[in-house]
Amino acid sequence: MAHADEREIEELPPDEDSELEAHLQTKRMLINLGPSHPAMHGTVRMKVELEGEIIVRADPEIGFLHRGFQKSCENVTWNQCLPYTDRLNYVSAIMNNLGFLNAVEKLVGLEIPERAQYIRVAASELHRMHDHLTCVGAIGLELGGFSAFLYAIEGRELIMDRVSELTGARLTTTFGRVGGLNRDLPEGWVDRVHKTLDKIHELLGEVDGLLTNNRIFVDRMRGTGIITAQDALDFGFTGPCLRANGIKYDVRKASPYWVYDRMDFDVPIGENGDNYDRYLMRMEELKQSEKIVRQALREAPPGPIIVDDWRIALPPKAEVYGTIEGVISHFKLVMEGVPVPPGEVYDCTEAANGELGWYLVSDGSGRPYKVHVRAPGFAILSGVPRMIEGRMLADVIPTFDTINMIGGEVEQ
Amino acid sequence: MSLRALTLVQEKYPDAFVEQYTDRTGGAWGVLKPESLRQVLAHVKDDPQLDFKLFLSIDAVDRLQLPDNDPRFEVVYFLYSVSHREHLRLKVRVSEATPEVPSVTSIFQGANWWERFVWDFYGIRFSGHPDLRRILMYEEFKGHPLRKDYPLRERQPLIPERPIRDIFRGPGTSGTA
Repeated sequence: MAHADEREIEELPPDEDSELEAHLQTKRMLINLGPSHPAMHGTVRMKVELEGEIIVRADPEIGFLHRGFQKSCENVTWNQCLPYTDRLNYVSAIMNNLGFLNAVEKLVGLEIPERAQYIRVAASELHRMHDHLTCVGAIGLELGGFSAFLYAIEGRELIMDRVSELTGARLTTTFGRVGGLNRDLPEGWVDRVHKTLDKIHELLGEVDGLLTNNRIFVDRMRGTGIITAQDALDFGFTGPCLRANGIKYDVRKASPYWVYDRMDFDVPIGENGDNYDRYLMRMEELKQSEKIVRQALREAPPGPIIVDDWRIALPPKAEVYGTIEGVISHFKLVMEGVPVPPGEVYDCTEAANGELGWYLVSDGSGRPYKVHVRAPGFAILSGVPRMIEGRMLADVIPTFDTINMIGGEVEQ
Repeated sequence: MSLRALTLVQEKYPDAFVEQYTDRTGGAWGVLKPESLRQVLAHVKDDPQLDFKLFLSIDAVDRLQLPDNDPRFEVVYFLYSVSHREHLRLKVRVSEATPEVPSVTSIFQGANWWERFVWDFYGIRFSGHPDLRRILMYEEFKGHPLRKDYPLRERQPLIPERPIRDIFRGPGTSGTA
């Protein structure tokens, strides 16, 4: 933290009543939080105006991680957008991949095979756990509970191992293709996932025991970073941050996609809209996601994992090397991309932090004409000044933790 | 989808709409006149039959390379009603000559950053916006990068770039290829 530009710093009038107290020369101070600070999650600069320890005004400044996501997508084929979507929310990349694919499939008018739908649900929920574990662990870390962080990160690391077995990468998964999935579950993977979930269940118990009723933790979390339900809706909060206000909106329940309507899970809601409730939402969702992963893997039927249409999905390698039709289809798909007919669509899925919306426009050329991404974090970050103005500077840290802002998706 | 909602709005404000249509995937769209945008959004937020209180996002489309490109820009609005479980999709068309839309920040606070985003990337002004600054790009940036006539490989470094000989950086670089 350092002094920022010296504008609008005014001197306060002396307090007339306290005759006996020595007059301390105080004035409003403008300071920088970030952009490169471990507590600022990603790279966000926040200009805060302080009166003593109270925040008078806060102005987040974003864009340090801007990569030109939309412009890049407009210049590559639909499947080539996938690696860019990894880098939106890099803590739960699979959910971005599959959310984007779901929107493209809706625009094409594709129904994907049932097995692919089950695997998509399982992989998404696994990554939701990954995201929530990171968030919960980071809250512990930044409020002084380093052991809780280590337990959470151990669980997260195990999920990462499973994800890298499934997709070949730890972070940049690029999982799925238009029309289904690019690869099936590896051998023995399901058993390892069940064992991983057992272990995570145990680790979560530790985190829960260390944090949930910890006096220091509760004091820092309860009653801080409050937002009213009306403001939360107004700013466009979704996901755990909206549900902590008692508003039950979850895309998985409100308009189920894939096979979420067959999954047996509850959506937790809070009531106070403070940091503590947002933390509890994530802890409960971790348990619910565990249930979903187990159920989806148990019920996934055998069968194809991608549509049998060579205009959409790559033909099997034997066909590519052995038949002229295979070579041509392969060539056309790689060079020209998936033929998405002209049109537009708005589609959304429930990502770890809320509604991940896509507004896609196609001109039929094989490349997206427009890819709008409604990143949940963008809306939530815009509401942060409302949550911290008039409160103590120290409340910024837990508030920033519980909204779980991810620079990659906010700054595109 | 949101056909029910659009029909209700149209009954109330028959003159506000330019057109209404349903896209290929079944999503209902309402295209509004810019001058009635604020009136309609305030109504859909407060009317209990509509109750579109969750503000989702705003973005724009530059229709320059599409067959029907006059007016050039479309600003799109997405809202959601938690109680009725439906999305509302609205559009406003603006021309290249006067790219200006009334701001809805006073109705939905969440519109603030999205309007700044659209200004930053498309150069569409929102009249009545309290603080219309660039949001992701830096203040010194020239042009609006998501316009279709902004070159993909245009570079605007804040400090001079050093030439790097062994990396191909494409056209429009200040260094040597």
